[in-house]
Order: sequence, then C-alpha cells, then structure tokens
Amino acid sequence: MTAHTSSPPFATQSFQATDLTCVRGEQTLFANLSFTLTSGECLHVRGENGVGKTSLLRLLVGLAQPEQGQVTWNSSNIKNDYEAFHQGLCFLGHRDALKEDLSALENLMMYAALGAINLSYESALQYLWQFGLRGREDLPVHYLSAGQKKRVVLARIAMQGAPLWILDEPFNALDSQGMQGFIGLLENHSSQGGITVFTGHQDINILGLKVLEL
Amino acid sequence: MNAFFMIVQRDLLLVMRRKSEVLTALFFFVIVTSLFPLGIGADTALLRKIAPGVIWVSALLATLLGLQRLFASDYLDGTLEQMALSPRSFVVLVLGKITAHWLVCGLPLLILAPVIGLQFDLDTAALETLLLTLLLGTPVLSLIGSIGAALTLGLRGGGALMSLLVLPLYIPVLIFGAGAVYAKSVGLDVTGHFSLLGALLILALAFVPWVSAAALRIAIE
Amino acid sequence: MNDLTNKPWLNWFKLASPSTFYPVAGRLIPFFWILSIAFGLAGLWMSFFVAPVDAVQGQGYRIIFVHVPASWMSMFLYIMMAVWAGIGLVFNTRLSAMMAQAIAPIGAVMAFLSLWTGAFWGKPMWGAWWVWDARLTSELILFFLYLGFIALQASIDQARRADKASAILALVGVVNVPIIYFSVKWWNTLHQGASVSMSKAPSMAQTMLWGMLLMALCFWMYAIAVTLMRVRVIILERESHADWVKQLKEVRS
Repeated sequence: MTAHTSSPPFATQSFQATDLTCVRGEQTLFANLSFTLTSGECLHVRGENGVGKTSLLRLLVGLAQPEQGQVTWNSSNIKNDYEAFHQGLCFLGHRDALKEDLSALENLMMYAALGAINLSYESALQYLWQFGLRGREDLPVHYLSAGQKKRVVLARIAMQGAPLWILDEPFNALDSQGMQGFIGLLENHSSQGGITVFTGHQDINILGLKVLEL
Repeated sequence: MNAFFMIVQRDLLLVMRRKSEVLTALFFFVIVTSLFPLGIGADTALLRKIAPGVIWVSALLATLLGLQRLFASDYLDGTLEQMALSPRSFVVLVLGKITAHWLVCGLPLLILAPVIGLQFDLDTAALETLLLTLLLGTPVLSLIGSIGAALTLGLRGGGALMSLLVLPLYIPVLIFGAGAVYAKSVGLDVTGHFSLLGALLILALAFVPWVSAAALRIAIE
Repeated sequence: MNDLTNKPWLNWFKLASPSTFYPVAGRLIPFFWILSIAFGLAGLWMSFFVAPVDAVQGQGYRIIFVHVPASWMSMFLYIMMAVWAGIGLVFNTRLSAMMAQAIAPIGAVMAFLSLWTGAFWGKPMWGAWWVWDARLTSELILFFLYLGFIALQASIDQARRADKASAILALVGVVNVPIIYFSVKWWNTLHQGASVSMSKAPSMAQTMLWGMLLMALCFWMYAIAVTLMRVRVIILERESHADWVKQLKEVRS
C-alpha cells in the first residue's frame, strides 16, 4: 500500500517555533521551546503521557494560544494570516474527525470542500482505492473497522495535499501493514518537500528524522 | 459562499440519516402545547387568549431542545476543530450550521403552528400573524441560542445551563412575537411589533455568527 | 525589578499583576468600609428622620430608600462586571477577569435585595407581593443574567476558559439589557395599561432624593469594599501555586 501522489513537489517551506511556553491550569508544561523545520524535514515529538505533546501540537496549529512565544510559517507569524496558514496545513487530532453517518466518499468530499480543493468524484474514489477501501466507499463510516477508519483518514491526508502535516498520534489503531503504509506516505511527503510534525510512542525509523523529547 | 451551502447540505444530510432526533423536538412542541389546556382548562375564550403565549413559549423550549445538538456532535468527533482549521471562514461555517439548525428545528414549527393554533381556536388573522412572527422570530431563536450552545459546549449539565443562559435573552423575541398576535386579535396595530422583530433579526444576523465563532474557539482551545 | 515597584499607583499596568494588586487592595479595603458606614448612617438618618411622611403611602414607602439604590447598584455592577470581563478578554489579563468574577455575586445580591424590597413595598401599597411592573420584571431578568454568569463560571473547570466564556456571556448580556428593558416596558403597556407602577413614583421631595443618593453611595462603597475582599480571596485561590502567595503571612500560618 504505497502512496503515489502525483502532485508536484512543494516549494521551499519553513516552519518555526520560537520560545513557546505552555501553561495548563496551574502547571507550566514546557517553557522556551524552540525548533526550526525546513522542507523535507520530519519531527517526532516524544515524551511521557501528560507531558504536553498534544498541547504543543495544538499551539502549533493555532487552536490554543501560547503563554508566550510564537509560531511562524514561511517567516510570518501564523497569527497574522490564519487563512493562509490553514491553506497549507493538514492537522490530525486525537479523534478521526470523520462523520460516522456519512460514507467514506462523502467524508472525503466534505474535506475537499472545507479545504477549498476541487475534487472530482473519480479522484476521490482513486484516493480511497489507493488505501485499500475498494468496495467500502459508500458505507457509512460507523460500519468500518478502526483500522479501515484510519485508512479513510490517511486518504484524506493524502487528498488534502498540504505542505505542512501536524499529526497527533497518527499510528494509533494501525496494524503493522498499516504502519508501513503510513511510513511510506510520510517518506513520500518529505521527499516532495513537505514538513511533518507528529507524536507517538512508537519507534519510527525514517531517514533524517528529528526527535524532540518533551 | 460555497462553504456555506456545503455545510448546510452536509448538516441536512446528517439529519436525514438520523431522523429520530429531529422528530423528538417536534413532538415535544406538540406535547407541550397540549399540556396547557390540560392544566388550565378548555374554556375556548381563555385558550384563544393564551394561545400566542403558549405556542411561542413551546417554540422556545423546542428550539432549546434542538440546540443541544447544534455543535455537540461535531465537537465530539473532532470535525469542529477541523472546521476551525480550514482555510474557509469559520464564521461562515458557523452561520451555515445555524441555518441548517433553523431549517430542521424552526421551519417545521411554522408548519405545525397553524394546526396548534386551530386547536386553540385562533381566527385566520391571528394565525397569519402567528406564522409571520414565527417566520421572523425562529431564526433569531436559532441564532441567539447558538451562543448558549457554543459557550456550554462539552460541559456537564450543558442542557440545563444552556437554557439558563439563553432564555433571558429570548425574552424580547417572545414579547414581540406573542405580543403581535395578541395585538392583532384585539385589533391593535402590529407594524411596530414586526419592525422590532425584523430589527432583532438583522442585529442577530450581523453579530451572532462572530460571537458564536469566538465562543466556539474558546471551547475547543 | 524596576523602581516603579515602590509607587504602584503610578503605573497601572504594574497594578494589573495579581501580586502587586493584592497588597494595594488590602490597604484600600478599610477605607471603603469607613466610607460605606458613613454614607449609610447619613442616608439612614435622612431616610428615617428627615424625609417627610408621604401623603399617600405613609411610613411604609421608606423602603424605597433601600429598593431604589439596590436597583441602581445591580445595574451599575452588571455594567462594571461586563467592562472588567471585556478588558480581560481583549487584553488577556487574568486580574480583570478575577474582578468580574468578584463582582458577580455582589451584583446578584443587589438584584435579589431589590426584588425583595420591591415585594415588601408592593404588598402594603397594592395588596400583592408581586406586580408584573416593567421595572421589577426587568430586575428579575437581570437577576437571571447574573445567575447565568455565575453558573457558567462554576461549570467550567479550566480557569482561562471560564474567564473567556463568561466574558462573552457578560458582553452579550450587557448589550441585551437595554433591549430586554425596552421590550418589557412595551409588554407592560400593551397588557396592563400600567395601572400599578413603581416608576410612577410619588413626586419626590428634595430630601427623599438626597436619602436615596446617600444610600446609593453607601451601597457603592460597600460593593467596592466587598469586591476587593473577594478579589483577594480569588487571587489566593487561583495563584496558589505562585511563590509570592506561598510567602504570605496569611498562607503560611
């Protein structure tokens, strides 16, 4: 299950976190955190449960505001133009973010519309078939197994074709075959010049992977 | 505006797949209106007098029932934050959801209300006025209610808390809406009532989507 | 630490920090209590001994010297609460949100007091404990708005989300209060022709006005004093993890 995206390589991007401080309630989860990522780089955020990995990711996409510090995408603070930032962003949170009552195909079309992407019916099917969902495209998602739901999510990520991927625990619920497929997807993304930040307890081996221990 | 229609269509599609949720609110409306004659007595003159208030209050309560679902399902499965992270305007998406809510919860009330009105022996003029006030007023209910739904998203005791927050804000709509029908039935002029209802609708349309979007961002932080 | 630390009242932004505000508030509290008692004594003296007996309503009318100031304060405090909450939302300052949190119950108490004194006035005057007069009904709705604000804050565990959500509620409420008041007045004239109305107050003797004004000032100073006391407690609760709190005399004992 390799992903062959036919999209052209991304232009040079840079994603930077500067002096990020995160406070949840009374606790300071982390302070003065900085990193820089350029095209083709991949960052694995590791750490114990509760150390702030999810909070960091939510700061990076702009869902939460840091106590201090800033996040920059292509040299401009994401706060200055959220729309432009979101155009190039693909975020995966803890939940699959699929409408259970809609089919895989309908979910994909919804994401295309949300992302202002022109997606034809045929292309949507292609993406689903690429991830082994042939014959399952029209079933309401709640009929699919956890692994199959994850593959719909992968299809969505591939379809969105965004340069920046920020994924929270993407390897959950994937079997070894699924993991291989996803790693292939990640490697392809990096080779196209995309940037990835992800969290997870798993040991991942990708060429040129950076690790951040929280 | 593509995003707006997409969200309306999506929400309507989702409702069609789970019809029972919608019908519950409508049945609630019918049952509540029936409770009043049972509690007060079936004297026709009295019923005619209380009908505008009863129907309007029941409409308020039925709308509140439907509001609990407005953002909850998207919040729970994670699609709400995806909407907040999309390049499309979040305000437009929120307005789309509110519109879908009105189409599902408010518009059916307009169809049921005349039937209830007949049960309360309202004459044609009063029924017409009732329909018009509901037409102008129920969108305002959906709009204002969305603020309460957004503020209480994911909280324990959400439904009751939301009602406490939203019902005081509904009072002007109730007063002008029910008041118009009462005024019509005693032969008074109703243009004032309708102008005020219209003004409330315009104000709500202008401000509420931004307020609700801000409240949602706070809730999903 | 810059040398403005010694003169906190010169630098408002410095005051926005809970640690600086805490001692300043502590020093101000007794001052406001004294003012409150002074105005209260003067007001009560005016109300009971100086203001004339009303031709129509007899001695019982004197309850308006509590009722009217309480109403004024309940509305004023709601606006102040909304202002503080708004500042907290826009500038992201915790202390402003804490001020709003401190004011809320005091405003609610004022509204409650206004409703009860309204009832006690109404009973001997018009024979009913409650008349659906425009002002009383609006006061009731204001009381509900206060309750909603307090309930929302109580329901949200994370302090920052509670601050921001209740700020939005307060701002929406403050915009709606005039609309609600106007609609209730409208409703009142439509349905009753206002046969009984507390807004048709007896023609006010000069001394009556003075009485109400003094009592209003008394309530205002009281509200400030209690707000400062409450905000100090809230600061201790919410900043309990901070070093400066742990150093305080009252916390260490």
